[in-house]
Amino acid sequence: MFEVSLGHYLTLGAIIFTIGVIGIFLNRKNVIVILMSIELILLAVNINLVSFSIFLQDLSGQIFTLFILTVAAAEAAIGLAIIVVYYRNAGTIRVEEIENLKG
Amino acid sequence: MLAHAIFFYFFSFIAIISAIMVTVSKNTVHSVFFLILDFISISCLFIMIGAEFLGMIMLIVYVGAVAVLFLFVVMMLNVAQQKNQWFKSSETSTHIPVGLIVSLIIFFELIIVIGGWKYKPDIIENFSDSLISNSTNTHTIGSVLYTEYIHLFQISGMILLVAMIGAIVLTFRKREGVKRQNYFSQISREKNQSVELVEVKSNEGVKIDV
Repeated sequence: MFEVSLGHYLTLGAIIFTIGVIGIFLNRKNVIVILMSIELILLAVNINLVSFSIFLQDLSGQIFTLFILTVAAAEAAIGLAIIVVYYRNAGTIRVEEIENLKG
Repeated sequence: MLAHAIFFYFFSFIAIISAIMVTVSKNTVHSVFFLILDFISISCLFIMIGAEFLGMIMLIVYVGAVAVLFLFVVMMLNVAQQKNQWFKSSETSTHIPVGLIVSLIIFFELIIVIGGWKYKPDIIENFSDSLISNSTNTHTIGSVLYTEYIHLFQISGMILLVAMIGAIVLTFRKREGVKRQNYFSQISREKNQSVELVEVKSNEGVKIDV
């Protein structure tokens, strides 16, 4: 109980990952909250990588976490730019009203 | 060790609660603030277990850049007052029970994997970049990142460049009726188009046609 092991950190990562997935599935509000849920999922992945890296005494996990941070920042910038353009064209970013996306 | 456990449970409790509040809060600005709280508590966890550099980088990148970007977009788009309706508008659609079932299945699968999992016995000896004990975390990361992972590092720089250019190109628009500087016509202007020698008669002045 009082010995914090790798399993504790992995469980925390699993819980945050699941909350992110629930946030994507159940969101009816706007796309920005979906982007925030994606950030939560990436955060859970980072928790897993860092805790493995610390408990196995291997540095590769922290390096990969740095790259995930980079990709997450780029993804947030591009996603928010797309949202801004869509809001300018359509006037709304509610999930249930975005229905005219044609493939 | 007891203090370590207490801090772990404290920060992870805050992280989980704020992650829940990100998804359920009615106001999008509140969601952004809970996202910031989540990142701060997770970076405290990182600092606590010995990944100081990543904890600080996480504070700088997420709290300093990404969350502020989210806040700017939320306030710019005027969507902060939209009410969260994801429990009320569910009478006709079936996506909420399906989403809950899928999420719970994912969660239990992860828990089963975490619970019944063991190391391969000789896995510790097979690592190449083991942590050097007598130097700091930042020093160790730097000595590995700039030597073995230099190509990945430069590719991630390219990713950031492409993301920056993409965001600028996506949100750039030409507005009508706004005077802008036209570099090409400014540079390609020549002497005989712009300067004219006029013979001025005395006491009459000169009339200039523009």
